[in-house]
Amino acid sequence: MYAFAGMDGRCAAELLIGGLSTRLSGVPVLRGVDLRVDAGEVLGVVGPNGAGKSTLLRCLYRALAPDTGTVLVDGADLLAMDAAASARYTAALPQESEPVSGLRVRRVVLLGRTAYLRAWENPSARDHWIADETLRRVGAYELADRDIGTLSGGERQRVLLARALTQEPRVLVLDEPLNHLDIRHQLEALRTVRELGVTTVLAIHDLDLALRYCDRVCVLADGAVVAAGPPQEVLRPALMAEVFGVRSRQVEVEPGRYALWCEPLDTGAPTNPDPSALPEPTEPSESSVSSEEEPAC
Amino acid sequence: MTRTETAERPADQRDAAGPTERLLAHGLVPLLVVLLMASAAAGIGLGSFHVPLEAVGRVVAAHLGGDPVSGPDVRYDAIVWQIRLPRVLLGALVGAGLGMVGTVLQTLLRNPLADPFVLGTSYGAGVGAVSVTLGASALAGVYTLSAGAFVGALAATTVVFAVAQAHRGTGAARLLLAGVAVSFVGQAITNVLVLAGDDSGGQAARAVLFWLLGGLGGARWTSLTVVAVATCLAVPFFLLRARALDALLLGEQTAASLGLRPSRLRTELFVVTALLTGALVAVSGAIGFVGLMMPLFTRLLLRTSENARVLPVSALLCAVFLLWADLAARMVIAPAELPVGVVTALCGGPVFLWLLVRRGNAATTGLGGGGAL
Repeated sequence: MYAFAGMDGRCAAELLIGGLSTRLSGVPVLRGVDLRVDAGEVLGVVGPNGAGKSTLLRCLYRALAPDTGTVLVDGADLLAMDAAASARYTAALPQESEPVSGLRVRRVVLLGRTAYLRAWENPSARDHWIADETLRRVGAYELADRDIGTLSGGERQRVLLARALTQEPRVLVLDEPLNHLDIRHQLEALRTVRELGVTTVLAIHDLDLALRYCDRVCVLADGAVVAAGPPQEVLRPALMAEVFGVRSRQVEVEPGRYALWCEPLDTGAPTNPDPSALPEPTEPSESSVSSEEEPAC
Repeated sequence: MTRTETAERPADQRDAAGPTERLLAHGLVPLLVVLLMASAAAGIGLGSFHVPLEAVGRVVAAHLGGDPVSGPDVRYDAIVWQIRLPRVLLGALVGAGLGMVGTVLQTLLRNPLADPFVLGTSYGAGVGAVSVTLGASALAGVYTLSAGAFVGALAATTVVFAVAQAHRGTGAARLLLAGVAVSFVGQAITNVLVLAGDDSGGQAARAVLFWLLGGLGGARWTSLTVVAVATCLAVPFFLLRARALDALLLGEQTAASLGLRPSRLRTELFVVTALLTGALVAVSGAIGFVGLMMPLFTRLLLRTSENARVLPVSALLCAVFLLWADLAARMVIAPAELPVGVVTALCGGPVFLWLLVRRGNAATTGLGGGGAL
């Protein structure tokens, strides 16, 4: 029924990044990034500010040409394609801060078909259908006739996600899509992304959400991959201390579900309101919830 | 099922929310074309010397049909065919050109304050044209004048760009400020050229006044060629990039992710707007406010910034407006003439202020909510 690529993950692709290096104004920002994302997987890219997360993602959606390296989508060399061809493989939600207005939501979503249309062609009935379906998929169909400038942050992100899906991408690149969203919208956005089944590369600041929603995470520091793997194995206290400078602990909030608890490494006075809950760095398997607080999920 | 239901609804019906919007979406361009024809007829007929509308029609028809103008119409022939028709055509072409240039620049910079005058392009063109006029007045035909204006427009644009690009990733504000600076320098150079080279008994001073204020009085059939060719080439060039311009409104990186090449696109569009501005300014001088005001007005009218719709409407509205402004410029102190730039500024300024006041509570006011306004 929903027979177009990118909608149900049927065409999700394997992404293979090899030796990606780039400099910005002479300063190396990426130093030989190697990464593999399996088909249909949600990979969280985490790392401190300035680690190169956005730069890595920009190479994937062709906003930046890396100095060296390859990006293969199901074996096809993305960087060797022309811009329009690669936009039929990857779609993105870049970080663009400035709000725009004056464009209807439906027009914005239809812009996702740009790479499929010649300059003089108008969107076909099928293009309109795809735009409508993606809007429905992200639960934003009722916004179709609104001006994009009048939407709330959560609505806007859903619409922009629909715009990206309208490209029928095999790989979805999301650069901190949760910024400016309240917690409920953050969780909803992550659930929507997970349900898509499209191979997704997601830059994310909130490590707790990365732990809970990503199939795997990749930790970037100073332009290189420090660790990659399932979040529970990667976001261990030792790595968290080294890369992020925080004391941390994975807490099992209910059987099989973990939350990440963090505190600055160098705090003189304990900031925790309850000193008895101050955790010791332990293995996740041994971790448990402090008895006083029963955190809601 | 879902697919057939949605796919078979015609695309245009989904966008139209009501009859007013449908009229705006489909009826506006034909309406404006008719209005433009009527304005042109009025522009030819009215003036310090009144020509009846039927006589205008007969003279133009005779010339187009290759027949000699006969009978009592002979006395209208010169004024209709040699003076007013070229003037009206020039007004329409310059108006359309300015409307498109303004729309494109405002979209590119995501700022409703952008137009060829704010960005310095027009004054660059003015410097080029005045240099040619003063330096080689014997040679100063239409083509050398246009060439000078082209060079000046490109030079000004290049400077503005170079300044803005000195720091990568800088926003529109830097470009606008660079443009304002280049405008001041351009005006200053024009003044210096005129004062230093003025041994012709005030002729040069009149020339510079013309460049700085703008006017359609210089219209002759020969001077129309460059403007006509430039405008007619620019129309498809801009219209073919309407969707790409929409994508640029979403941001440079989004445009890249959609499969466009934003930096190349920007350069192309800036070069073409500079060339078109050069062609317009060479013949009409710097007619301000039209290219700034009309695109903004068009977006408010259509309640969208979608360039495929804004571009043609803005071009037509500008053309109509300029024809009436020129008519006013000819009539107000007849038989003398005001520079049309004075009229456009007098009309445009208050309207612009009114728009600024209204922007506060209108949701759909065109470009970026977080712009310089």
